[in-house]
Amino acid sequence: MTEMADANVLREKYLRDGMLPTIFCNGCGHGVAVDYTLRAIEELEIDIDTIALASGIGCSSRIPGYINADGLHTTHGRALSLATGIKAANPELNVIVFTGDGDCTGIGGNHFIHAARRNIDMTVILLNNFIYGMTGGQLAPTAPLGSIATTAPYGNIEQAFNISELATALGAAYVARWPIFYPYQPIKSIKDGLQNKGFALIELMSPCPTAYGRRNKLGKIDALWTWYEDNTILIEEYEKIMNYGTDDEKEKVKQMFQIGVFQNEVKAGFFEEYEKMVERLIERDDAKGGGK
Amino acid sequence: MIEIIKDWCKGCEICVIRCPVDALEISAELNKRGVYPPKLKEENECNFCRLCELLCPDFAITVIPEEEGEPKETKSRLIIGGIVNEV
Repeated sequence: MTEMADANVLREKYLRDGMLPTIFCNGCGHGVAVDYTLRAIEELEIDIDTIALASGIGCSSRIPGYINADGLHTTHGRALSLATGIKAANPELNVIVFTGDGDCTGIGGNHFIHAARRNIDMTVILLNNFIYGMTGGQLAPTAPLGSIATTAPYGNIEQAFNISELATALGAAYVARWPIFYPYQPIKSIKDGLQNKGFALIELMSPCPTAYGRRNKLGKIDALWTWYEDNTILIEEYEKIMNYGTDDEKEKVKQMFQIGVFQNEVKAGFFEEYEKMVERLIERDDAKGGGK
Repeated sequence: MIEIIKDWCKGCEICVIRCPVDALEISAELNKRGVYPPKLKEENECNFCRLCELLCPDFAITVIPEEEGEPKETKSRLIIGGIVNEV
């Protein structure tokens, strides 16, 4: 493994000193996601001036404020549309979107579906904490069945969104899901996502002790972090159990979150295809003798 | 050695709980926020794995490997019949 940069070097190089410490609650995983992203950028030696960050509304959307790169903050759920615009205006930029589960799949669900379907070259770091944390703990579409929220005081009865599987089905080029507390796998996934010339979704499961944990008897930070460990299973393990396991085992793993790399393909992105089309039309017009 | 920006710590204790060799503890000194930041134990087996640095949500910890001097021998603690044997 390559030598990792020290945290104080990263801090000086990439963070806005006056903004820190972060506003995130005690025990929130969002700060860890910033750390992983900065490490991925550092390891790939990407110039910070070639990065544009986009975000919507929510706890996770505060992140561009801490990173010393160009960032744009837009309305709720529209981060991906804004990022599409940035990429269209300047395809040289590395566009990274920080978004939450409520922002990306709740309010901006349609934007997410179409950005993934068009395979637009951007890296989406989706911090899934099962709840609308900033606005006071309303039920998010990703909350597991039975979760308590301010808008679901008797338990959630709605089926939860499986974001990574949805993006896989839509044909996104790179899809991975990891809990926040395994350091090396998410860093590698973010690196792969940044290098991929298509829509890369990295779903990081980030614990929210204040809005989600406290209402669901997981208020202790350690208890919440352990809950994630007990309720996640590697895709490879899951498939093994579904093929060869007993009925009891199958029933048990069906309730768990699969983690790992869901999809890793090399595909032409939207703007690559667009440039090809423009070239083709110019050639056609030239062959005709120019003009109309 | 572990460098800690004490005033950035929010006291989540993730570093203390997740340390694989149990090298950190809560210090007795309050910081500006009114929480007790972590510190290295007097006698520790820190092998500079950097898990605390990676998992700290507030960028407060930096692990600086000690390069000078002989490498420390890591001990394992075998517990047989309730008696702790240092091997």
